[in-house]
Amino acid sequence: MSPKPINDKSQNYGFETRMIHAGAQPEPITGARQTPIHQNTSYVFHDADHAASLFNLQTFGFIYSRLTNPTVAVLEERIANLEDGRGATCCASGHAAQILTFFAIMEPGDSFIASNRLYGGSITQFGKTFKKFDWQATFVDVDDPENVRNALTPNCKAIFVESLANPGGVVSDLESLSEIARDAGVPLIVDNTMATPYLCRPFEWGADLVVHSTTKFLSGNGTSVGGCVVDSGRFNWAQNDKFTGLAAPEPAYHGLNFYESFGDMAFTTHAHAVGLRDLGSTMAPMNAFHTLLGCETLALRMERHCENARKVAEFLESHPNVAWVSSAALPSSPYYELARKYMPKGAGAVFTFGVKGGYDVGIKVVDNCEIFSHLANIGDAKSLILHPASTTHRQLTEEQRIAAGAGPDVIRLSVGLETIDDITADLDQALRAASN
Amino acid sequence: MGGIDNHDSYSDAYLRRQLNSIKAVALVGASPNWNRPSYFVMKYLQEKGYRIYPVNPRAAGTEILGEKVYASLAEIPDNYDMVDIFRNSEVAGAITDEAIDLKDSKNIKLVWMQLTVRNDAAALRAEAAGLQVIMDRCPKIEFGRLNCELSWGGFNSKVITAKRRKVRIG
Repeated sequence: MSPKPINDKSQNYGFETRMIHAGAQPEPITGARQTPIHQNTSYVFHDADHAASLFNLQTFGFIYSRLTNPTVAVLEERIANLEDGRGATCCASGHAAQILTFFAIMEPGDSFIASNRLYGGSITQFGKTFKKFDWQATFVDVDDPENVRNALTPNCKAIFVESLANPGGVVSDLESLSEIARDAGVPLIVDNTMATPYLCRPFEWGADLVVHSTTKFLSGNGTSVGGCVVDSGRFNWAQNDKFTGLAAPEPAYHGLNFYESFGDMAFTTHAHAVGLRDLGSTMAPMNAFHTLLGCETLALRMERHCENARKVAEFLESHPNVAWVSSAALPSSPYYELARKYMPKGAGAVFTFGVKGGYDVGIKVVDNCEIFSHLANIGDAKSLILHPASTTHRQLTEEQRIAAGAGPDVIRLSVGLETIDDITADLDQALRAASN
Repeated sequence: MGGIDNHDSYSDAYLRRQLNSIKAVALVGASPNWNRPSYFVMKYLQEKGYRIYPVNPRAAGTEILGEKVYASLAEIPDNYDMVDIFRNSEVAGAITDEAIDLKDSKNIKLVWMQLTVRNDAAALRAEAAGLQVIMDRCPKIEFGRLNCELSWGGFNSKVITAKRRKVRIG
């Protein structure tokens, strides 16, 4: 008779405990408590047989840091754990994470459906660069999930949305979208960069894969560019014949069938052993280390980011020089209820507002800020400001810019952790100076 | 007592105790092909110091990874602590019954069914005979998970500890 198995306490720790400990144990040989930076390319084999086992994926271990690295692996487990996923693959940037994800599931001639409100850089990557791989992105307005169902085609391999869209305070209805994806037998991929796993739990709403730009709130200090794809481990890659890279003999691995051999670990194994091996978009160990430091304070920072951002949004909504504010933290937002459902702890720290006077005044507001840094990033401890139409969304058409919430009068803020009264005072003086 | 709910999850401590207590494994459904999951598991467990006796009637008399292949559990001449089943859930029932019959003569302690393999009726019979049962798990994955190796591949081991792990140096 077996003893009654119980859930280990370790599997029930809270988010804050896991953001500090998951993936990182004291280094066993030296006892070093902080994760060592393994600034190292290659790993010694015990013997020829060990080397063969590693190359055949028959044992766990390191070969070469293009595929896996001990410091990067700690960050991968940290993020996988925080998302409650099966595994994660870190890579050089958020854009690299998107290529890595689609590389595992797409073949030339395939298509996928994406929200037309994605971050502008993603729209350019999907709509322009992916065409060179013969991958077709179909952009739809996902506010009505039926638009997604109507856009499905036989060669559609995925549905891609942001949980909280950059920049416009748009929240995706993940539960409805995941039902459509499940009916279609394709994975729902959610970019959770803006919300982070602290605010939004895509896997609990039926998402299958989550991607991150770890550059943003996960690292948190604007030090390190990085990306990550997390697999829930719940998608059945063999349910249809769509996913030959994962559930059929893989010609790039001696005919190994990843799903048969690795089960719920198939996607993450493939993303390292084939994706990073052949795309080469590896995360540097130093970047993983900095991002791990960021993760240790994620919950604390996100609470203050959200609180400050909500106060700034409220301040701007009543400002005489502001035409409108698009923040899901405000009851006036059409996405307010969705935000309460999908990110009850807060609607993030990035949102947009429109200045009275349009393009020219918008540029002047940015130039007149003293504390806000004018740069193309989000998710820093420092408050950041940007005029998307003249910068990040410049490559889009006017129509695409407006759909993406980046019209001529739009200013994007990433509200930081400075004293809230200093943040609002800086915006106030910049708005008044620009409007005079 | 064995019941269906008991096999939905196993504590890390329980899995660790089982993996630490066994030394020899009869691996039923062993494949001679290098890219089959059973081959991966056999090779990994050998590297970790377990003695593996492959069982596969179609490959009986040949060798896999340096070990003679047997046609059945009963034909293995030595004792073994664990039976690892790489067959479907239905066939796993009959193999479990063989393990129950051989329990005393081979000193079997544990019946382990691989990922996706689960036979609750067979588990009840085995537990009634005094055997431990683990189902729908892979010993390679669990050994790797509990010894930090799964983490090397970016996987969520769910192990949280600030204890310094003991390692044998030399």
